[in-house]
Amino acid sequence: MMPLLAEKFVGLTTGREEAEGQSGSENMASITTFEQRPFAVSTVAAPTVASLESVTKNYGQIRALRGVDFNVHSGEVVALLGPNGAGKTTAVKLLLGLTQPNSGKVRIFGGDPTNPANRTRTGAMLQVGKVPETLRVREHIDLFSSYYRNPLPLAEVLAAAGLEKISDRKFGDLSGGQRQRVLFALAICGNPDLLFLDEPTVGLDVESRRALWEEIRALVHRGKTVLLTTHYLEEADALADRIAVINQGAIVAAGTPDEIKAKTSGKRIRCSTGLSLAAVRRIPGVAEVHEDRDALEIHTSRAEPVVRELLALDPTLSGLEVTSAGLEEAFLALTQDNNKNESKEN
Amino acid sequence: MSSTAAVLSNPRIKRSPGHTATIYLKEAKYEFLKNLRLRMYTASVLSFPLMFYVLFGLVLNSKEAIGGTGVPTYLIATYGTFGVMGASLFGTAAGLASDRGLGWLQVKRASPMPPFAYFAAKVVVSMAFSAIVVLLLIVLGIAFGGVRFPLGEMSKLVSTLVFGSIPFSAMGLAVGYFAGPNSAPPTINLIYLPMSFCSGLWVPFMFLPKVVRQIALALPPYHLSQLALGIVGAGNHESIAGHWEVLTAFTLICLGVARIGFQRDQDKMYG
Repeated sequence: MMPLLAEKFVGLTTGREEAEGQSGSENMASITTFEQRPFAVSTVAAPTVASLESVTKNYGQIRALRGVDFNVHSGEVVALLGPNGAGKTTAVKLLLGLTQPNSGKVRIFGGDPTNPANRTRTGAMLQVGKVPETLRVREHIDLFSSYYRNPLPLAEVLAAAGLEKISDRKFGDLSGGQRQRVLFALAICGNPDLLFLDEPTVGLDVESRRALWEEIRALVHRGKTVLLTTHYLEEADALADRIAVINQGAIVAAGTPDEIKAKTSGKRIRCSTGLSLAAVRRIPGVAEVHEDRDALEIHTSRAEPVVRELLALDPTLSGLEVTSAGLEEAFLALTQDNNKNESKEN
Repeated sequence: MSSTAAVLSNPRIKRSPGHTATIYLKEAKYEFLKNLRLRMYTASVLSFPLMFYVLFGLVLNSKEAIGGTGVPTYLIATYGTFGVMGASLFGTAAGLASDRGLGWLQVKRASPMPPFAYFAAKVVVSMAFSAIVVLLLIVLGIAFGGVRFPLGEMSKLVSTLVFGSIPFSAMGLAVGYFAGPNSAPPTINLIYLPMSFCSGLWVPFMFLPKVVRQIALALPPYHLSQLALGIVGAGNHESIAGHWEVLTAFTLICLGVARIGFQRDQDKMYG
């Protein structure tokens, strides 16, 4: 298997030198990047535009981020994938300068994220509980556009976010999907180089989600850099060049979508059998077995050889079901992998 | 550590004065439209003082006088203060508490909006609604209550009341920083209604019980209403400078409290 550990993923860039634009060290950095990371093709020589360096963030007793290293290079789409409460939003807020780390360094375009000048180069779509409802769509966009030096023309923003037909509606009269599109429009209206999309499609139906994906893809074609957070593996897969999986405040895996999928494509086999737990556990490829009511539940990375063996061992086996493991199990698997590797190192 | 870095590499956004002015104007314009279209806001802020005035100043007591000043004139000063207070408290506190608690302020802060524009818009719009309430009261008084003002007196009354919106906007910012999105409106009512009563905005001051009259001396609406009453020749004829001093001190205290809330918010987690 390919090395997908966070440490590998991270130790690639010398963010500061690249950000300061010293071309010599930039080249050096990209060479090492290329050698250590076989999937870095699309990001070769691209400068780091956003980075977290051993960042720790606590909210009182809660450790939201524990020593996270993370880079976004110019022109790429990076997905931070993780369950709720994993620390995704905290990472985005740190990069936007909305909150400060307890330790470590946060950089945007090589500088401090609270630098107001940097904010003219970034756009953000955050999770919002309530947006002023009595303003019309075009009024919201007009106001946000005024903050930027070279905003996109209103018509272009409306078109890019698919809002042409509803630009005169008040925000309060919009559906959930339309509201997300308005927030998306506010993120892009200033024509920023770097976009932060925090769970852009949360709560959307399949159709709206795909429409928003198309809009995000269109932006990427125009050379924008995107950091998106999501808890849908499918979404990260559909949009990102690179995925970093985050869980309980730490990055547990990182790589291309294919690499992450390979790690998380576990199967779950369920069947009623006379075989003992121990016998099933001895079958090669079985990762985990437990009893679930009157059936056994088996976790494995590849279902076919295990099923073949099961059927050979127990001709009376019944109620056979094979399903893909959910994302939660995938996270579990990734976390466990991480722990195993850590203990090996010690 | 990161704050030193921020100081060192913190060039302000270079904008032309025209661009900055445009941002402030748009921020204020949309704040105004937002509140104007908010029925909750216009109903409580505009209708209540006007309804009270029509009922108690025009329908019931219009021929009577308080200490030599006609009731319709006297009540423009007191309901004017009441209206200014409501417009300013609701205009700042309710919006701020909701924007802050439900994430909208984060979106604004993540944008290159000059932070001061957000607060300036709230204060200016509160003043605008204050002016609307006071002007409507005056129009009603002139049209139906036989109120007659020299023009100079009228403009002095309007500008005093509109300027008097500032202490209550400051108070609104303080409340907005410490109340939640749902608790802000009831909190405002809890402050606004008893304060109005005790300051003699509903029942003329001299008819209030002595204890209440003593409490009133510590309340900002009392001082603003006395300034307004002084202009129309009524009130307790105390030192004008004294009233302004109390209002200024009150404003500074509220801004101090709001600033504590602002600092506290810088590092708080939402959602």
